[in-house]
Amino acid sequence: MEAFTTHTGTAVPLRRSNVDTDQIIPAVWLKQVSRTGFERGLFAAWREDPEFVLNDAAYDGASILVSGPDFGTGSSREHAVWALQQYGFRVVIAARFGDIFRNNSTKMGLLPVVLPGDKVADLQSAVEADPKLEVTVDLRERQVRWADEVIAFEIDDYTRWRLMEGLDDIGLTLRHADEVAAYENGRQPWLPTTV
Amino acid sequence: MGRTLAEKVWEQHVVRRADGEPDLLYIDLHLIHEVTSPQAFDGLRLAGRKVRRPDLTIATEDHNVPTVLGPIADPVSKKQVETLRKNAAEFGVRLHPMGDAGQGVVHIIGPQFGLTQPGMTIVCGDSHTSTHGAFGGIAFGIGTSEVEHVLATQTLPAYRPKTMAIEVSGELPPGVTAKDLILAIISKIGTGGGQGYIVEYRGEAVRKLSMEGRMTVCNMSIEAGARAGMIAPDETTFAYLKGRPHAPQGEAWDQAVAHWKSLRTDDDAVFDKVVEIDASMLTPYVTWGTNPGQGLPLAESVPSPDSFDDPVARSAAERALDYMGLRAGTPLREIEVDTVFVGSCTNGRIEDLRSAAEILRGRQVRTRTLIVPGSMQVKVQAEEEGLHEVFKAAGAEWREAGCSMCLGMNPDTLKPGERSASTSNRNFEGRQGKGGRTHLVSPQVAAATAVTGRLTAPADL
Repeated sequence: MEAFTTHTGTAVPLRRSNVDTDQIIPAVWLKQVSRTGFERGLFAAWREDPEFVLNDAAYDGASILVSGPDFGTGSSREHAVWALQQYGFRVVIAARFGDIFRNNSTKMGLLPVVLPGDKVADLQSAVEADPKLEVTVDLRERQVRWADEVIAFEIDDYTRWRLMEGLDDIGLTLRHADEVAAYENGRQPWLPTTV
Repeated sequence: MGRTLAEKVWEQHVVRRADGEPDLLYIDLHLIHEVTSPQAFDGLRLAGRKVRRPDLTIATEDHNVPTVLGPIADPVSKKQVETLRKNAAEFGVRLHPMGDAGQGVVHIIGPQFGLTQPGMTIVCGDSHTSTHGAFGGIAFGIGTSEVEHVLATQTLPAYRPKTMAIEVSGELPPGVTAKDLILAIISKIGTGGGQGYIVEYRGEAVRKLSMEGRMTVCNMSIEAGARAGMIAPDETTFAYLKGRPHAPQGEAWDQAVAHWKSLRTDDDAVFDKVVEIDASMLTPYVTWGTNPGQGLPLAESVPSPDSFDDPVARSAAERALDYMGLRAGTPLREIEVDTVFVGSCTNGRIEDLRSAAEILRGRQVRTRTLIVPGSMQVKVQAEEEGLHEVFKAAGAEWREAGCSMCLGMNPDTLKPGERSASTSNRNFEGRQGKGGRTHLVSPQVAAATAVTGRLTAPADL
């Protein structure tokens, strides 16, 4: 996983709520067995509309997506995270995220930032007024900064540490293999196996 | 202070707890399908890792499979299914491929085999894993990184969600189903209402549901934002499980039941949030919009965006009406559909097919009507009961098992602008095919709608 400490870039406002993962990447793109090439499927249906915000050249190169509430609801497909990252996004800011999407993001190093709804709207307006506005997302300080604004966000210490170090969970868990084995020895005897 | 059911099951699975870290949770059963697993197996190969517990892992082919007999025509779908076969063989995981008597939608086959039992932790790279919570375990969907983690370690690091009780008092009136109940709940609390919670469904109406009905309710927990939904096990649960291939037998059965009976929320336990709903006031429900929270009783009309106070809900409604091609004020019963789909992990079980058949018996469908059993076993059982003859006589299509039109990864899709009444779980834009429009309904409403060609309750026939 790519480490995340602080990121400065431009943003793109997505003024929609309930951006489910079927919109982020439609199911037809899920048939791939590799981990690459998903950027072409990002918001595939919406991007067919020339008016869709990602088709506005003013936002070319943006790396921070600022969305309405309930971003990443629905399907567990991690392909949604891969598509956003491979398109060039490092951060998604919204007032509320789907639980599975948020979890998947932190496994991959895409930072989901929860800000209050009014602050998200302020940032969307600021970016619409100046698409080249520099926005900084500082995980070390747990802050989003633009112009004169400094907005704090919450993230638990453990996830923050893991993201800043770029650590993969499997390696961390395998350090506790003895404890897993000990637990396994005490499992109820009637629990089913698939064999 | 007492503990909730969710807290009890969680605590029984904590492998390791340390300050400032998520709990490390043991996973009792890992379900696999072809779509969210290939990159996870690749990850294992790259790191030279094995599947820690292939004996707690089971795989099936469901999302891509065609529901007409024959090979997979789409080469990309075919490759994905073949990749699962290769991975299952290489890593020693039991697989139920297309054509196998045990094949079916992943959330149908777990309970069918008796692998889904009370008090277990169950995960799958699929958000509808919440279905299995109907047996009183903690079951939730995970992404591919977590699939790889479970394959490698049989554990997951996770913070315990908060607990929510949804208390359903009274009794569901005749003709009102578990599907109507969960659609009403999602409309009440919204698509984000359960975010951060494990939901426990409780109360008289829930106790009276069959296991099939309980699975339908828990299945759609994720549509209210909750990763997991659960129902305390009781005699209904035990009766469903007894005698299934992987259920405990003999003395082990008695021990298991004694343990399962302890899996209930203590009387003095406190939930972080409580939602109350009166089942006796419910009527058949249908969605009008593009998220599962945009639902109403079938007797009502398409709402006006102006009726929403919240500006976010108002603009979502405007956008939804535009996508759905609907005008505010149109009675929901006047909406004409092209296609009816009965199936999916929400409503593809034998009870669902029986209730649809009861309505279609002796009648003719006016729309394209797909009846897709959730598993090969459901298909066999339905045919033994003669349900397939009822469907075929009515003009409906009787298909092979799979996810089918729930998400249209196989050839079963809507064309742009087509409209369905569907017993599945998501009415998202393009979910059933690009440009397709979906109304979520119960199997009974789906069958009645197939007869008239308009959204219809059985009582209207």
